[in-house]
Amino acid sequence: MLLVVLLAPLITGLIRKMKARLLRRQGPPLLQPYRDLSRLLHKEVVLAENASWLFRAAPYLIFATTWVAAALVPTFARGLLFSWTADLIALVALLGSARFLLALAGMDIGTSFGGIGSSREVMIASLAEPAMIMIIFSLALLAGTTQLSGIAQYMVSPDVGLRVTLGLALVSLIMVGIAENARIPVDNPATHLELTMVHEAMILEYSGRHLALIELAASLKLLVYLSLIVCVFLPWGIAPAAGAGIDFAIGAAAFAAKLTVACFGLAIFETAIAKMRVFRVPTFLGAALMLGLLGALLLFVSRGL
Amino acid sequence: MPVAILLWCVLAYLLVAAFSVGLAKRPFTTSVVYAATALISVVACVTALFCLNSSQIATLRLPLGLPWLGASFHIDALSAFFLVVVNLGTAAASAYALGYGRHETSPERVLPFFAAFLAGMNLVVLADDAFTFLLAWEFMSLTSWALVLAHHRSPENIRASYIYILMASFGTFALLLAYGLLAGPAGHYGFDEIRAHHPDALYSVLVLGLVLIGAGSKAGLVPLHVWLPLAHPAAPSHVSALMSGVMTKVAVYAFIRIVLDLLGPPAWWWGVVVLGLGGITSLMGVLYALMQHDLKRLLAYHTVENIGIIFIGLGLTLAFRANGLMATAALALTAALFHVFNHSIFKSLLFFGSGAILTATGERDMEHLGGLIHRMPLTAFAFLVGCAAISALPPLNGFVSEWLTFQAILLSPELSQWGLKLIVPAVGAMLALSAALAAACFVKAFGITFLGRARTRAAEAAKETDRFSLAVMFGFAAICLLAGILPGFVIDAIAPAVQIILGGHMPHQASVPWLSIVPIAQNRSSYNGLLVFMFIAISASMSAYAIHVLASKVVRRAPAWDGGYPEKSPLTQYTAGSFAQPIRRVFGTLIFRARERVEIPPPGDTRPAKIEVNLEDVIWDVLYAPISGSIAFLADRLNVLQFLTIRRYLTLVFGALVVLLLAIAIWR
Repeated sequence: MLLVVLLAPLITGLIRKMKARLLRRQGPPLLQPYRDLSRLLHKEVVLAENASWLFRAAPYLIFATTWVAAALVPTFARGLLFSWTADLIALVALLGSARFLLALAGMDIGTSFGGIGSSREVMIASLAEPAMIMIIFSLALLAGTTQLSGIAQYMVSPDVGLRVTLGLALVSLIMVGIAENARIPVDNPATHLELTMVHEAMILEYSGRHLALIELAASLKLLVYLSLIVCVFLPWGIAPAAGAGIDFAIGAAAFAAKLTVACFGLAIFETAIAKMRVFRVPTFLGAALMLGLLGALLLFVSRGL
Repeated sequence: MPVAILLWCVLAYLLVAAFSVGLAKRPFTTSVVYAATALISVVACVTALFCLNSSQIATLRLPLGLPWLGASFHIDALSAFFLVVVNLGTAAASAYALGYGRHETSPERVLPFFAAFLAGMNLVVLADDAFTFLLAWEFMSLTSWALVLAHHRSPENIRASYIYILMASFGTFALLLAYGLLAGPAGHYGFDEIRAHHPDALYSVLVLGLVLIGAGSKAGLVPLHVWLPLAHPAAPSHVSALMSGVMTKVAVYAFIRIVLDLLGPPAWWWGVVVLGLGGITSLMGVLYALMQHDLKRLLAYHTVENIGIIFIGLGLTLAFRANGLMATAALALTAALFHVFNHSIFKSLLFFGSGAILTATGERDMEHLGGLIHRMPLTAFAFLVGCAAISALPPLNGFVSEWLTFQAILLSPELSQWGLKLIVPAVGAMLALSAALAAACFVKAFGITFLGRARTRAAEAAKETDRFSLAVMFGFAAICLLAGILPGFVIDAIAPAVQIILGGHMPHQASVPWLSIVPIAQNRSSYNGLLVFMFIAISASMSAYAIHVLASKVVRRAPAWDGGYPEKSPLTQYTAGSFAQPIRRVFGTLIFRARERVEIPPPGDTRPAKIEVNLEDVIWDVLYAPISGSIAFLADRLNVLQFLTIRRYLTLVFGALVVLLLAIAIWR
């Protein structure tokens, strides 16, 4: 569990570095996110005058819920100790709790930036969450379970084959992942231009250790989605529940390789595409929702597709 | 025995009502009445809880009502479950009103009807024959109507109560016809006799339709929901809580009792109808709610959404049962009943919170509130728990019932009919969409009301509410959390009610290790609210501790940053309307024909810029406006008949007689 937290900023750093190299810039060093976090931790907190207890408690709760969600995703081994505590639907709902709190925290100070961020965030979430549930439907119907380790086990087993539904689910999951993690083209993690901010607008009033926690939670969420995609759609090399040491080593190496590939893909995608207008995002996510629904519908109609 | 106790409770309610008629103006009466109803409710609730555990059917026949029929009452596990829900809600509402009721300006219009209303709801659930049921149902409608009209000076309330009484009588009329068809030519009015004689296929369909109209209009199924968001907010807040949280559940009870119990085996396509209605209801309800800026009306529209979720569960039950998949049907029905329980808890909690705001500020309009978290921190906390629970966030209770519904949906490829195969995933998508929109809606409700800066003087001067109200709200918030982290016990408590309807129930949950819930099998899906809650608590405290040790502890208060250009006026904050604007643009243009018109004066002109938003209620325009228009038109035309001479009247009567005789002659 601690491992994912330690790994998460590295992923963010890796993506930033790759994006910079793609633009032929030098880019910040790989470990820059860690430095940012430690600097934020050592700074004082500047609280707005009318900040309430909710504003101060929210970062801890946001981080905690995201962390619990991260602990439910198998990274390099299948046999998670507590995988039966909550399934995929609960995982999505946990991330939903984190977002609920973040959106509320954005409105706490009563600035128009906070409002704009929260309002757009819930609009995006209101489409991304159902799309995610539809993807879960497809996966759960195929694997006969909503437990993530069960799905991963099914995916490495030989009876998967090439399925239309899985293709639709993959495309849809990537779209949802992009929207949920505030990446281009839905949101721009690097912007501070008022009209384009969503995630950044909500956390504009945060500073010091609170900001550090929220930034860490955001990196963690990105890692959750990446490992989710990797665990479900590229399950090769994942260590079985009762594996030996060598299995875990292979699993870890494979996981690192898969993550690097995924980061590279994301970096290329983000470099190649421009940010969308906010009101084109629903079209983008609506497509994700429809793809997910189509995948689930195909399964309802015929178990073979 | 338990039936007798509960009937004594009903009698006690009626006595309290009678007592309060004469003495309502005395200052002590309010407290006495609410204390008495709270006490009676607790007794009734405990009795019902024992009946739920003992799972035996008790009946009682009183020589009242029609001489050859009497009035029969019964209590089985299903009624016991609903009696628990009803009386838990009424006990809380009464206790809440001990504080809230003091601010009532005209208690004589509330107290008698309040006690009578409680009696009516209990009687509906206790009734064991059609006559008693309908009588109790109408009694419940009329008393709640009187409560809606408690503050009868405002024209808005008059309109609300007018529409309510029309819809309520229409609903009772539909139920009357449904019971008529169930009774058949032989006149079987007792529930046991009805159960023994199933009507044939055509009549069953008619009964289903009539019950959907009768119980559905009371519960708030789209498109019969129009009265609900008008009437529920018009009543005093503790009554709103009862109408939204409890009375709609009595309507759900009526649907379950008639369709799942009395009507006999369902055809598969009934599931399609109920699922479709449930899905549309949940989606429309939440979209309507998002467009509101009146807090109580928002909550009332949200009741419509939750009723939709309950009916999705009931539709799945019908579909699985028609296919003989009893275990899955039990899962779906458990999910529906669990949501009945949950909704009665958190919706009452939220209405109590809105009542506290109403007494503190005199405002229901969110656009006039803001920043209440500073002035009313305890209310804010309880309200926040309610918001999170209704938005189906783990580890609270709303999530568990939606999770169970999703699990039931995931088992539906086992259904064999194509209609069901196609509608179930679509309804699943609607359910997911409405759950996500509900979260958006409650971010808005809580954020605009409690967070930010005060938008008016009234909001600035708000004071924390009284202790009774706070105690009740915190009690219900605790139930939300407990039912969320220990759902297994609730599921086991529901099991006897499911058993009596379907003859089977979900596997026993309390014996599962670690108190997880496992609907079908361990390797298929499981959820452990307790551990999720503990994990969140542990990791939150761990990170708080780590931050405490590692990080700087300095906190400095400063003006808000706001991108460097802070704006002093609280009017620059996001309002309820602006918060909902993106969603309005995404969904509303189609469903509400939402149009925005921005008017910016040319440079040099000092007029303010204006934005105008126009929303239309399509359902009202398409369904209700033509009906009321044609009735008005016909009434105008037929008005002529009132001013005829005696000769013309005689001719009319003679003509009518001839036509009727002819009709009989031809028909024979």
